[in-house]
Amino acid sequence: MTFVENLTLFVLAGFVGYEVITKVPANLHTPLIAGANAISGITLIGSVLVAGAGASTLATLLGFLAVVMATANVVGGYLVSHLMLRNFGRRRGD
Amino acid sequence: MAAPTGWLPESVLQLAYLGAATLFVLGLRGMTHPRTAARGNLLSAAGMVLAVGATVLRFEVLSPLVLLAALLVGVAVGAWLAVTVETTQLPQLVGLFNGFGGGASALVAGAELVDRFGAAGAASVLPYDVTGAAALAGIVGAVTFWGSLVAAGRLHGVLGDPVRYAGEQAVKLAVLLVAVLAGLALVVRPGALGAALPVDWAPTYWVLVVAASVLGVLFVAPIGGADMPVVIALLNACSGLAAATTGFVLDNSVLVIAGTLVGASGLILTRIMCRSMNRSLANVVFGRFGDSTPGAGDRAAALYEGNVMSTSPEEVEILLDAARRVVIVPGYGMAVGQAQHAVAELAERLEASGVEVEFGIHPVAGRMPGHMNVLLAEANVPYEKMRELSEINPTFPQTDVVIVTGANDVVNPAALTDESSPIAGMPVLHVWEAGTVVVNKRSLSPGYAGIPNPLFTRDNTYMLFGDAKESMQAVLDEYDRTH
Repeated sequence: MTFVENLTLFVLAGFVGYEVITKVPANLHTPLIAGANAISGITLIGSVLVAGAGASTLATLLGFLAVVMATANVVGGYLVSHLMLRNFGRRRGD
Repeated sequence: MAAPTGWLPESVLQLAYLGAATLFVLGLRGMTHPRTAARGNLLSAAGMVLAVGATVLRFEVLSPLVLLAALLVGVAVGAWLAVTVETTQLPQLVGLFNGFGGGASALVAGAELVDRFGAAGAASVLPYDVTGAAALAGIVGAVTFWGSLVAAGRLHGVLGDPVRYAGEQAVKLAVLLVAVLAGLALVVRPGALGAALPVDWAPTYWVLVVAASVLGVLFVAPIGGADMPVVIALLNACSGLAAATTGFVLDNSVLVIAGTLVGASGLILTRIMCRSMNRSLANVVFGRFGDSTPGAGDRAAALYEGNVMSTSPEEVEILLDAARRVVIVPGYGMAVGQAQHAVAELAERLEASGVEVEFGIHPVAGRMPGHMNVLLAEANVPYEKMRELSEINPTFPQTDVVIVTGANDVVNPAALTDESSPIAGMPVLHVWEAGTVVVNKRSLSPGYAGIPNPLFTRDNTYMLFGDAKESMQAVLDEYDRTH
């Protein structure tokens, strides 16, 4: 894909994000941050690619560190968001 | 980047990315209602598994043991942190995870440069968009990583007070300039500007990362605790934008889309937080908010002298006994004192006696957006009871008793009346319009804004001095004893 195609995705995703996120109530802002944070761990894909390439030791080492951080970000983010949301869904007495 | 050697065709990979992006959007849309939020979060997680899984199959990168080991370590670290965290430590954990995302993005961009540079040879030329995006990812990622570490450290209490020094902005500007120049050198290439610039790509990139790292520390170091909701939201946006720019480096659509969604989310929250304080983002980041103005202590003493009425749990119980509608306004003090369970129980008892109880929550109460709501939800308060500022303010005239626990600046009437106040124009909760206001606070000391609160001197305000948890528990015990 070209730079311009990526830029197109960037702009359109920005609008979609704006429309969706402005409807999130203040109640859920913390789980939203935790969950969105987990999504930003998508950089894990990039980490996997550079770590797996194994072109040079340095690139592999950097990739290894990146995979550890991104995975922790993804798993931790979704988990902590889930633990919080469990409290929101339930009614008193559950 | 690894070569596509797996059996999975390219078209399937791209379709998987489309599916993942769709799941992310649906997941975020689920967050618009408490009932659908948990499902939304799972949808989003499914999207992540799909995207990562398809990538691994397409590029057959799972074979190296290093990668598997890295994944396992990451899963262990993330799960351990998420499961063992106390609710009071949530803000710093969220901050820390933000940092991980940004750090990973900066490393990926660097590794890709090292890779391409190694493959193409020293004399070769990388496309502008790749080097430019890598420079951006490096700066944003490194600032996010170190900024988040400092923010998490401050929230965790391992770092001291905000650090301020003369020439602060000039130092930050100089460091930013170094990072930007390194970025330009990376893009413009040595050939274009002669031999004056570093010849190699990779070292230039690391100069940029080091400068951005220093900038990240300098950026958050002077910002105080009560401004952390803004910082956390902003770093959240940065971690997303770092991922998106990394997507430009690797030419990867799902990275661009997902990163942008997160960037939008973080920026919207940043704006909401700033508006809730009537301050610009520049003022939060560069301002010297809450520096005590000379004579503030004297003015506070003069204001409070003989004008403050204190009360006891017994008297509060009598007030509550006669009330038909009660609003509870929590602040950071409730989080520090872990008083949410006592507060929630009190609300439950009152409701059992037929009293209408609601919670009035200011957007910047606490240390991250929605902090109070999470604490109250943990204590089983139904989300319908938690009201935003604009919903709760019109109801105060019909409210008999307001209990403010651990909040100060967000209930300060000076925001409306005193043009010269540092919080002038900040939307506040109009608690003083209620019949009686009980303010639970340790002492009369000023809040983050460093100014006295005229609310405490009003005829219908009573101070219940003490720790949030102990005081609320005392009121609860008193209520239980008499009912």
